[in-house]
Amino acid sequence: MNVFKKVFLFYYEGFRSMTLGKTLWMIILIKLFIMFAILKVFFFPNFLSSKGDTKEEKSEYIVNEMEKRTINN
Amino acid sequence: MEELVLWSRAQFALTAIYHWLFVPLTLGLGVIIGVMETIYYKTKNEEWKTITKFWMRLFGINFAIGVATGLILEFQFGTNWSNYSWFVGDIFGAPLAIEGILAFFMEATFIAIMFFGWNKVSKGFHLASTWLTVFGASISALWILIANAWMQFPTGMTFNPDTVRNEMTDFWAVALSPIAINKFFHTVTSCWVVGSAACIGVSAWFLIKKRHIDFAKKSIKIAVPVGLVGILLTIYTGDGSAFQVAQKQPMKLAAMEGLYEGQTQAPLVAFGILKPHQQAMQEKDNPSYLNISIPYALSLLGYRDVDAYVPGITDLLEGGYPTQDGTVSLSAKEKMESGKLAVQALADYKKAKKVGNEMESQKQLEILNANYSNFGYGFIKDESELVPNVAITFYAFRFMVIFGSFFILIFAIIAYFIFKKKPYENYKWFLWLCILCIPLAYMVSQSGWLVAEMGRQPWVIQDLMPTSAAISAISSSSVATTFIIFCVLFSVLLIAELSIMFKQIKKGF
Repeated sequence: MNVFKKVFLFYYEGFRSMTLGKTLWMIILIKLFIMFAILKVFFFPNFLSSKGDTKEEKSEYIVNEMEKRTINN
Repeated sequence: MEELVLWSRAQFALTAIYHWLFVPLTLGLGVIIGVMETIYYKTKNEEWKTITKFWMRLFGINFAIGVATGLILEFQFGTNWSNYSWFVGDIFGAPLAIEGILAFFMEATFIAIMFFGWNKVSKGFHLASTWLTVFGASISALWILIANAWMQFPTGMTFNPDTVRNEMTDFWAVALSPIAINKFFHTVTSCWVVGSAACIGVSAWFLIKKRHIDFAKKSIKIAVPVGLVGILLTIYTGDGSAFQVAQKQPMKLAAMEGLYEGQTQAPLVAFGILKPHQQAMQEKDNPSYLNISIPYALSLLGYRDVDAYVPGITDLLEGGYPTQDGTVSLSAKEKMESGKLAVQALADYKKAKKVGNEMESQKQLEILNANYSNFGYGFIKDESELVPNVAITFYAFRFMVIFGSFFILIFAIIAYFIFKKKPYENYKWFLWLCILCIPLAYMVSQSGWLVAEMGRQPWVIQDLMPTSAAISAISSSSVATTFIIFCVLFSVLLIAELSIMFKQIKKGF
């Protein structure tokens, strides 16, 4: 049996024989779904991406923000 | 803006505190499991295998519920703290990327062998996998703590005004900074204490219930030396951390001690009750209602010299005192002026560059470089912002030290019982005390982070960027909304973890 098949069977049998692990995996998958498919997509966009496409535009935005925040002092 | 800063900080704190409910148990219980399995490997006694597998199940539950919760912090960097993320991207990104890769490959590989590999791989290989899981988890923590330490003591970088980013110039200066090294050992060894407290507390419950008495006592026999070594190393590295704070973050030290007026031969406050901050600022030579101090100890611990001068909060704001390197400290106002010059010079540099005015850009660059060490002060509106919340920092520090030291007593008493073969399972009040030590250990651990993070306010990056400059220009209501979502999500996950954990504990070994 080649090594890849051995590794596959190791994990396959491991997952199949889980008892408590099945509940835990369910929690992990639900959690990851909430994190990546809901929170990341709808609530945590990359803010700077909306301010510019290139690195120059983003750095320009940051400098303007910094200047504004210190001028406002 | 103030509301936005508060919500952003609250959300980050909530997530970090929640994440930190899982990490200490993973790191601490991991070591205990490693020791237990090593005994099984050496003795081939099946009892130790049963014991190891029981604690491994609890380890697995904790790991599964906690895994990836730290990623939420990274989401927040990109959305709520985008100025900060841009400003430090190059430096902060490297340790976090290494952590991610290590965590995934090391932990994911070896943890599978830990749980699936019984009777499928050799005993030696299984044992090695268990230890490599523990080692991998600790190394993951190392990279996160390196990133955190850099924020407390930025080093090994230069600021690139063209990209407006700090760029790493010396990886080893970042990775091996004295703050990072102390922080790593202090944090990891304190996790051993949490893991030991959990193991002892759960075992104490079995003793109270008169179930699995032999297994419970065997577990305690392992947890006690791990906890004792852990707490002694935590105290030793804590001294190193406090020494570094004295050198690099004197305002944090002053807040930790409620020290408003500097003094030579400064005493360490063992216990005290502070006056309200404004009153203490007025009555700086007597800022507390009650003060039990250890003479000379603060000068000695902070500067390794009983005669050393320790600046207080008002000295740090007013400046004019001699520093350790022989220079005279600038006042907060002078630093704020210098910081404003630096920020303005950066903006003017960029404008000059844009129109191709090389002479002007060179001139502004020189101003920027000359004032860059005070860059963050340019965003400070009032010098009072430079003082962290003294009460929280002061009391959290005392809580950590007093109750942290209490664990020496607990572990030593149990060690005495074991050594003298006393039937401690008959002292119910003591067993209940052991159970109470579980939440206490978590509270001590969290209070350590409160000191580290509240004490460094207003800085996200010490002297270079305050929270008010680090946050994104987004609406505070959107941050408040996600804060509430996290409250609900974290509560549900925590209830799930605790219910599964309690169910497994009730099942027994």
